Amino acid sequence: MDFATDLAGIVLGGLSAGTVLFVVSVGLSVTMGLMGFVNLAHGAFAMFGGYVIVLAMNRANIDFVPALALGFVVTAALSVVLERLLYRRLYRAGELDQVLFTIGLIFIFIAGITIAVGPESQTLELPPALGGQFNLGFTHYRTYSIFLIVVGLVIAFGIWLVFERTRIGAQIRATVDNRRMAESLGINVDRLFTITFAFGSGMAALGGGLGAEFLGLDPQYALKYLVYFLIAVSVGGLGSVLGVYYAALLIGVLDFALKLYLPKGGTIFIYVLTILLLLWRPQGLLGRKET
Amino acid sequence: MSASATSAESTSFAARINHPAARALIERHRLRWWEVLPWIAAIAGYFIFPGYLGFGTELLVAILFALSLDLALGYAGIITLGHAAFFGAGAYTVGMLADHGVWSEPITGLMLAALVAAIVGLLSGLVLLRTRGLTLLMLTICSMALLEQAANMAHDYTGGFDGLPNLPITPIFGVFNFNPLYNNTQYLYALAVLLACFVFVRTLVYSPFGQSLTGIRENLLRMHAVGAPVRRRLIICYTLSAAIAGIAGGLWAQVNAYVNLSSLDLDRAATVLIVLILGGYGRLYGAFVGAVVYLALEHFLARIYPTAWQLGLGILLVFIALFARNGILGLGEALWRRYGGRHKPSAPS
Repeated sequence: MDFATDLAGIVLGGLSAGTVLFVVSVGLSVTMGLMGFVNLAHGAFAMFGGYVIVLAMNRANIDFVPALALGFVVTAALSVVLERLLYRRLYRAGELDQVLFTIGLIFIFIAGITIAVGPESQTLELPPALGGQFNLGFTHYRTYSIFLIVVGLVIAFGIWLVFERTRIGAQIRATVDNRRMAESLGINVDRLFTITFAFGSGMAALGGGLGAEFLGLDPQYALKYLVYFLIAVSVGGLGSVLGVYYAALLIGVLDFALKLYLPKGGTIFIYVLTILLLLWRPQGLLGRKET
Repeated sequence: MSASATSAESTSFAARINHPAARALIERHRLRWWEVLPWIAAIAGYFIFPGYLGFGTELLVAILFALSLDLALGYAGIITLGHAAFFGAGAYTVGMLADHGVWSEPITGLMLAALVAAIVGLLSGLVLLRTRGLTLLMLTICSMALLEQAANMAHDYTGGFDGLPNLPITPIFGVFNFNPLYNNTQYLYALAVLLACFVFVRTLVYSPFGQSLTGIRENLLRMHAVGAPVRRRLIICYTLSAAIAGIAGGLWAQVNAYVNLSSLDLDRAATVLIVLILGGYGRLYGAFVGAVVYLALEHFLARIYPTAWQLGLGILLVFIALFARNGILGLGEALWRRYGGRHKPSAPS
């Protein structure tokens, strides 16, 4: 009985945390795969979106779900402005300039939020329907975690569907595989970049809002979880939606298991496994081999 | 192109050696008069600002650390966000040996720090340098995070989260004591270490080995084509860079008489990268300029207006990435070329 509860906790808790990791990271994976841009500021978009959502709920009394939509839209709009004005100047620059630029953006976001909202941590009050426990028959678990897992499945399936079954998805896949060829075929790569960048940033915002309840939300968020986002993306494989989904769920479950059984620094195994995996498959689990 | 080459062959040796390109190549590694200025400034600073020697010591350590990164990133083009791994390895070597009463002599302590950091650099380099680009960036971050977690877990040896305070470091040569209130000894000691390491790095980058590193940075494919042992050179360079970063870390632990997890974190790795880029990478003195500007701004601004400092730093980084990719020295060089006197030939981009 005790072991069963533990196991349910690890699997359900891990899957829900992994879902949040997936929702935040999927945009990063697609934009990195598509544009080859090392966007370390992706976590800052997640943080920004999280703040929009939490403030909309706490100060403007907007409900949870509309607030999530608002966060998505506002963050996507902001990212379009930044992409048009700044990011696109660096698409052809070296990784070093991109790293520097996005670290600079992170600092600007952190300072901006500290000035505008304050350095203290924000709390997100879940709507009563999502609070409490959910009866699974053999055990009870937090309703919100179950909700997250379901939402994650829907989002992953939705994005997969768009990628595999729509025209724009085919264009994205073509551009990830061979940008020059895609351009030659008349695909408007510029427009594709802007659309995917906005969508990815919006997803990050959604993830920031969905995860705010248990990850917390303070101005250091953009840096604190950056390594996790990057690990999820590089383990999953650049540009691969399903790869990031599996990687994020794997990391989530592993993290929960390690925290339970090795509370002192169990995260070390996540780093070890990441290094081993990237040495074995530098392109990640489901990434395509570089040509 | 071919016409000038044939005419050069037909002209005399004296004419050939006076060709601007030939002159540039011959004079490239010659010591210039202004290269003594930083050292004069450092010694003058010792007498002029006796109240700021603690800050000065911190500055010298930062220069040394940025210099080590310049070797790997600026010359060999290895893009890493995990250089604090070696800084921390050196710092913890000195710290753990001193705290457990094994070894507390400073100069040999630094050598041990260099050795341990070099071993870490060699082992990680053997593995990591097979990859490039984003994967390499990720692996450097991950291996640094790995060391940080290991240091956090091995509480009995490393002090865990609290680190090791009050390290007993014996006086240099048994005479010059590290006084925590007066930083005179620390400052001069750090200056001497920096000078020694700088001479080493300068000699190295102008040696044939250093030239081949620049070649690898500029055109990897061509270096493979001419038969250069690319991977071996990168690993050696990474190891040497790690050793110097280890010395910087060991020095940091000695002059502060403590070591903690901040020596290993992403913050420190990002800061050293910013310092180097701010000054200008791949040009030796970028580390000096960047560290002076960054630390001076941080010292005087960050304490008073921490948030404004972070905002300003962010804007500065965005500006550098977009408009001034070669840092302050690169900006100065561009202005010099435009408005200053003669053409300056040696400008690694």
